Amino acid sequence: MLEVRNVRTGYGETEILRGVNLTVAEGEIVAVLGSNGVGKSTLNMALSGILPLWSGEIEFTGHRIDQRSPAEIVEAGLVQVPEGRKIFPNLTVEENLELGNYRGDRSRRKAMVADVYATFGRLKERRRQYAGTLSGGEQQMLAIGRGMMSAPRLLILDEPSLGLSPLLVEEMFTLIGRLAGEGLTILLVEQNVMQSLEIASRAYILENGEVVVEGAARDLREDARLRQAYLGL
Amino acid sequence: MYPIPIIAEALINGLMLGAVYALVAVGLTLIYGVLHIVNFAHGAFLTLSMFGIWLLWEHAGLDPYLSILMLTPIMFGLGYGVQRFIIGPAGHGRDNSILLVTLGISIVIENGLLVVFKSDTRTIATDYGFRVIEIGPLLLSWPRAVGFVATMATAVIVWLILNRTDVGKAIRAVAKEKLGARLVGIDVNHIYAMTFALGSACLAVAAGLLMPVFYVNPQTGGAFVLVAFTIVVLGGMGSVTGALLGGLLIGVVEAASSLFLGDSLGQLGIFVLFILVLLFKPTGLFGARI
Ligand SMILES: Nc1ncnc2c1ncn2[C@@H]1O[C@H](COP(=O)(O)OP(=O)(O)OP(=O)(O)O)[C@@H](O)[C@H]1O
Ligand SMILES: [Mg+2]
Repeated sequence: MLEVRNVRTGYGETEILRGVNLTVAEGEIVAVLGSNGVGKSTLNMALSGILPLWSGEIEFTGHRIDQRSPAEIVEAGLVQVPEGRKIFPNLTVEENLELGNYRGDRSRRKAMVADVYATFGRLKERRRQYAGTLSGGEQQMLAIGRGMMSAPRLLILDEPSLGLSPLLVEEMFTLIGRLAGEGLTILLVEQNVMQSLEIASRAYILENGEVVVEGAARDLREDARLRQAYLGL
Repeated sequence: MYPIPIIAEALINGLMLGAVYALVAVGLTLIYGVLHIVNFAHGAFLTLSMFGIWLLWEHAGLDPYLSILMLTPIMFGLGYGVQRFIIGPAGHGRDNSILLVTLGISIVIENGLLVVFKSDTRTIATDYGFRVIEIGPLLLSWPRAVGFVATMATAVIVWLILNRTDVGKAIRAVAKEKLGARLVGIDVNHIYAMTFALGSACLAVAAGLLMPVFYVNPQTGGAFVLVAFTIVVLGGMGSVTGALLGGLLIGVVEAASSLFLGDSLGQLGIFVLFILVLLFKPTGLFGARI
């Protein structure tokens, strides 16, 4: 469904991604792991069309998207829930959700909002509240809900468990598993290595802007050498 | 000391003129709130609108209030185009460059107007320019009352656009969270241009409301925008409600200082208030943002 070939990019003169290759098949959860600053979020920004590529190709559902605008990429169904949530603090919860559907089919908006509320009861209770006043966990729910409003075919989640309490982290992973169970394809960027490897089918480990390890999540989980070298366990 | 009715009359008339100031300020603060730049071309756009009203009166005999309906979409389109095709591309996304580009545009417009209209002052003599409404002992200016009501109606429309339409919600979203906006598929450049368009359209309304009670020459807009900028700071940079309330306040303050200090010192009160606010409440009197 998603194919990333030899992607190089960076900021200014600084190269961050040095030729990344990665694929995601329909229905998979694929984890992208790696320590701080290796370029995980940079990869996501390149996928969403925010950061132009220096070279390489990105193909989504059979079409090249690396020259497309962020809006076209969202319309194609590649949707990102970014690191730090990036919700609209000065808009209400419901307005945030509505804007998730900005490029979508307006006639389905009400039903989609209802779907999100069915998944996140908390958001429904707070629908008229400004998003900036939500707790961290609620903001993360809102960010995911807003992503769902774009009718994603592939959802990129960038560190969804960041800043959540252990209990909420647990809930977050359960939710991701459930979304995947409903047929959504997920690219999961995480620091929570073990938990990610438990729900993912495959994983990539990024180091210094390159994929250094890739494989089935189960194998990575059990490889003692990898656990020491890359996962700090 | 003046008798109470005279004071009340002056203050209410001031309040009503303040409403039109507010309209100029609403456009300015909207643009500031979303693009985070002070639009130096705002005054020139107002002057342009006022000349537009004057031309329609002089050459087509169109009533200034009717001309608003015609000029508003024109200024909307002009604002959109200038941001999308001149300020955006020439500014390269750097605040300093954008600022200079808006300054450049204002210089071009002002000088263009000087060439065409010279520095002569033009007025419109409608038959209602000096009409008054009697309310008990008070004599209120009819065109100013119209200005007040029309400003409030415009403010409600702007509010509805910002809060009830997708474009309006996108404008508010871009104001606070650009990356988040791009990731839901909002075209930020289009939204910037729409914001400019909306701000400029407010000027067309303001121009139509002002012309029956004011004059225009190529510098007129600049003087208004100075006051409007004061209002923007008073109301809290980027706050639409703040601009509205600030405009009304400034109108009253100006009227009070004209009354007590004399017409030529009318604006003194405004700037004294401005300095006091900067000293004691630099975030503005009415905090809430867009
Ligand atoms: N806008 C930017 N301008 C310049 N450099 C940047 C920018 N964003 C990120 N970088 C740099 O790019 C490198 C990779 O950053 P990136 O955010 O992709 O890392 P990450 O793998 O997501 O890290 P983390 O796990 O901390 O989120 C870092 O060295 C970072 O400082
Ligand atoms: Mg990151």
